Amino acid sequence: MTPASSVLLLTTLTGFGYGLIAWLGFLAALGLLPSAPLFLPIAVLVGLGFANAGLVASTLHLGHPERAWRAFSQWRSSWLSREGVASLSTFAPAIVFAALWWMLGPDVPATRASGAVAAVLGLVTVGCTAMIYASLKPIRQWHNPHTAADYLIYAVFSGAVLLAALWALWFGAAHGLAIAALIAAVAAGSAKFAYWHFIDTQKPLVSLASATGLAAFGTVRPLDQPHFAENYVLKEMGYQIARKHAVKLRRIAVTLAFLLPGLLALLAALGVAPAVAATAAALCALVGLFVERWLFFAEATHVSTIYYGR
Amino acid sequence: MTSLPHPLPGAKKLGLVIDLDTCVGCHACAVNCKEWNTGGHYAPLPDHEPYGTDPTGVWFNRIHAYEAGCGSESRTVNFPRSCLHCDEPQCVTVCPTGASYKRAEDGIVLVNTDICIGCKLCSWACPYGAREFDDDQGVMKKCTLCIDRIYNEALPEAEREPACVATCPSHARHFGDLGDPDSKVSQLVTGRGGVALMPELGYAPVNRYLPPRKATIQARPLERPATGGSNALFRMIDKVLSR
Repeated sequence: MTPASSVLLLTTLTGFGYGLIAWLGFLAALGLLPSAPLFLPIAVLVGLGFANAGLVASTLHLGHPERAWRAFSQWRSSWLSREGVASLSTFAPAIVFAALWWMLGPDVPATRASGAVAAVLGLVTVGCTAMIYASLKPIRQWHNPHTAADYLIYAVFSGAVLLAALWALWFGAAHGLAIAALIAAVAAGSAKFAYWHFIDTQKPLVSLASATGLAAFGTVRPLDQPHFAENYVLKEMGYQIARKHAVKLRRIAVTLAFLLPGLLALLAALGVAPAVAATAAALCALVGLFVERWLFFAEATHVSTIYYGR
Repeated sequence: MTSLPHPLPGAKKLGLVIDLDTCVGCHACAVNCKEWNTGGHYAPLPDHEPYGTDPTGVWFNRIHAYEAGCGSESRTVNFPRSCLHCDEPQCVTVCPTGASYKRAEDGIVLVNTDICIGCKLCSWACPYGAREFDDDQGVMKKCTLCIDRIYNEALPEAEREPACVATCPSHARHFGDLGDPDSKVSQLVTGRGGVALMPELGYAPVNRYLPPRKATIQARPLERPATGGSNALFRMIDKVLSR
């Protein structure tokens, strides 16, 4: 599948934004956040800023962005529609959460409850995004149990590094969160290796014989192409660059997305320049997860290209 | 609504039956489809640099050619590919706006281009590569089963069939109600062992493909026995090596 930068930005940035809100909401609900009056509202706004940037980016690849509002209507059948509904539904409780914290304080039940609601809705949004891909039967690299689990794990990981960075910049140290970010980096990296092992050992969905209904004649080979230039199907779904450089790109993705942020989080946990280390970890994870998401698209093969022998 | 319609009792299931035995791979179906549809329901269809080195545009039919089988049993099969108007079309259910829909009365899968936002997700959900995006208008387009011909009362009744069917010179394309077991197309499918494409993916396509008939005429070997031909030197080498 051809990676469209708008969709890469959407999935990466909403992962960071809603992941951060999930951490803030749950930690607040459990009473684990320090009661500084301004830190939480600002952190929530940062989270919403990331999510909003991703959502705006996603409308850029539409043929008709001005009709985007129509995408909220088909939540009964469409995961894309559900993603839209869930993403907007997260904004209201998140803003209420930040406002209540600022006005009434962290220990009021309403603050804690709205934080928990925002956290759950944020993760539901990430789950809906993942299900857009996981529900597509023609793409074996997406239509499997790894996709939804991985998107949630990456969102939790991105939220952790982002929160650790904000925390370290605000309070000067972030022991607990840096350890949480380190654990999340290990979990996310392991999930990525498990995913790669899974797609590398998967069998193709169908054979050309089944795609053409000619199985009774034995093997089927392409003879003449229907057209000499690339058509929409081949341009959109017949992307082959990543498959050529898969090994190198995977190394880059793992290093930037999980290995370096993990090591930097370890430094922050040990108290070595925590603000610098945690900020670098978040920036590194942002770039790395963008590369990882690029690979998620570029390595995915669409069954329709089998008609072209690809 | 992008939820699938509940099948109405006695509703038609319109579709195509394509005969891979008689298809000669002339692309006339694709050309006539393009000609009709660039002035029809989804008009116009993009067609950039048609005579240049990199022509692009939307076509609802793409005609492949395959070699099936090995050795003397192998054959060339011309293979027209278009929308199969599936009973379980995921291209419809993934649509976030309701632009993609399946008609309850005849099963035709269509796009309402007035509300399509051009997110392309439907094309990702189609395993048959049947949908092509119109970059000029920013909306998705697909085969309509010539909805503007088959119900068109301005046309003589004999012409109320899809453009691809009407034009096929070898009568390899048939149009009809595949929901009615007594229809001509259903009888054809039963008689010739018509097959669905990629049934294992669960899209329940309506269109059927009739497999090529098994060859009954034994072809003579094409090569003459190698005797070295008329060249005296090669004849001698052949003689020496044949010992």
